[in-house]
Amino acid sequence: MTPAERLRTTVGHVVLMLGVAVSLFPFYWMVVMASNTTPDIFAYPPKLLIGSHLFENMGKVLDNVDFFGSMLLTLIASVSVTVLVLFFDSLAAFAFAKYEFPGRNFLFGLLLATFMIPAQLSLVPQFVTLAEFGWIGSLKALIIPGAANAFGIFWMRQYAKGAIPDELISAAKVDGAGFFRQYLTVGLPVLRPGLAFLGIFTFINVWNDYLWPLIVMTDPNRLTLQVALDQLNGIYGTDYSMVMAGALMSVIPLIGVFLIGARSFIADLAAGAMKF
Amino acid sequence: MAVTKTIPVTAAVREETAEKPPNRFRQAFPQYAAISPFFILFAVFGAFPILFSIWISFHSWDGIGAMKFVGFEQYSYLLGDPKFWQAIGNTMIIWVLSTVPMLLLALVIANALHNATRFRTFYRIAYFIPNVTSVVAVTLVFGSIFSNNFGLLNAFLQSIGLGKVEWLTQPWGIKIAIATIVTWRWVGYNAIIFLAGLQAISADVYEAAKVDGASPRQTFWRITVPMLRPVILFTAVTSTIGGLQIFTESRVLFGDTNNIGGPGDAGMTIVSYLYQSAFIKNQFGYGAAIGWALFILIVLFSIINWRLIGGNDSERLTSRAKRRADRKIAVQKGAAK
Repeated sequence: MTPAERLRTTVGHVVLMLGVAVSLFPFYWMVVMASNTTPDIFAYPPKLLIGSHLFENMGKVLDNVDFFGSMLLTLIASVSVTVLVLFFDSLAAFAFAKYEFPGRNFLFGLLLATFMIPAQLSLVPQFVTLAEFGWIGSLKALIIPGAANAFGIFWMRQYAKGAIPDELISAAKVDGAGFFRQYLTVGLPVLRPGLAFLGIFTFINVWNDYLWPLIVMTDPNRLTLQVALDQLNGIYGTDYSMVMAGALMSVIPLIGVFLIGARSFIADLAAGAMKF
Repeated sequence: MAVTKTIPVTAAVREETAEKPPNRFRQAFPQYAAISPFFILFAVFGAFPILFSIWISFHSWDGIGAMKFVGFEQYSYLLGDPKFWQAIGNTMIIWVLSTVPMLLLALVIANALHNATRFRTFYRIAYFIPNVTSVVAVTLVFGSIFSNNFGLLNAFLQSIGLGKVEWLTQPWGIKIAIATIVTWRWVGYNAIIFLAGLQAISADVYEAAKVDGASPRQTFWRITVPMLRPVILFTAVTSTIGGLQIFTESRVLFGDTNNIGGPGDAGMTIVSYLYQSAFIKNQFGYGAAIGWALFILIVLFSIINWRLIGGNDSERLTSRAKRRADRKIAVQKGAAK
């Protein structure tokens, strides 16, 4: 390495470390606020170090909102949508990627065209439709409309095309396996890494969604975590440390899920963007 | 018409008789069943609501009582509604304030990541975490940082001898606060996408530039940026679509007050206005009309992006993009039949 190159590398790391500091500071600050008392936060100069009131603040959150109820509701919705999306999307992707059938290209083009439609366009009529079904306020409103999606099918199809060898499918056919059996024995095992990405992606999106649950979960005793957190802020907004304790509690499980598969998740996401 | 129609039909018949199976459609039943969940759900929760929303937008309706047909009145009111134009203006300003620094910073970070050989996994995860964290929680943290009286930012400004800024009451302060949250959440995401684009550029090109004596800056502007065009287009289109739909940041910062989006409606976005009209004021017809205006804006801006970054010189399109374009044309032709 020449001195000039070494200097460039060092400058690069300094820039990156500064960026990391900006990227992570709000999390640190969330912990600082959640672990101090509100008067301490409001003092000038403010407290910049982690305090000792974290559990006290968390306790206040649990006293004021049904935190675990909301978390359970959000968990049920996220897991249900994820499982359904993984099944329906991979099944459809398997059919699109590996089989010839009349109208296949047209139907796939139709599926791609649905990408263009922004979710907000159908916000009002979707709400009206679900109201007709009597689903407003129920978990069905959170789970069923999102049980299969164009993005996942598109993404899994790209994955399946390259990953599943045609010979394996022919071999399964010779063995007398029907389509669904071929999906189970040949498709699913090969698609597993792709499913891991789509699963994490879906889970995070449902867990963090705010606008849709805000509109459809009208029963104040059955709110998703994000809406409950927003409400905690709306009612007890002046008690910063309690609100931040709530924010921290809502964020930790998700970051946990993300960190489990972070490495390959990020790589898969970038690879997916390159395919567009 | 009759002539053109008979030819494909006979061709299809011949094809069918040539292949032995009695009915290709019936034979493909499992495949149709496999793809049907998406299409059924889309028909019920996508296509039908969208058609229905055209119908709703021609009515005055509170969501419960009788629908009153008003023709194009919602749309003509929309075009003359100063609040709607303010919402568009706010959204545009927030979008520019967030997208420009976001993409520039992402490019710088991606470049540094590309050259870094150590701590790569750590960097990627650290940069990506903001994007997977809930907007609500993030907005609460930033709301406290930007707080007028007790915020960290004002405490910092005071400590270096500058005065306080009323971030959450001034029109520009509000927009800067929202744009900061958006930028913070999406810089890392876009950097990761840019990085993938950088890694796809063959090392030979850089080797050749080095041999020709190009400076790092020349290499960056003459090779890296042009070769990244498809990736830049992707990030520009997704940031535009996302930017036009900003809602949560403003809603969590300011709640359901009379002025949605803070004092003077300064943080009211298009989606905030849609949400307020439909779900707070129960003007469903008007909400549906705003939804259509938003859709038109998104299509318009996507076309502009495509033209500016990806378009006009077709030889620059990658072969993949060309193939996709061809496929699209083929699909359109198929649909026209």
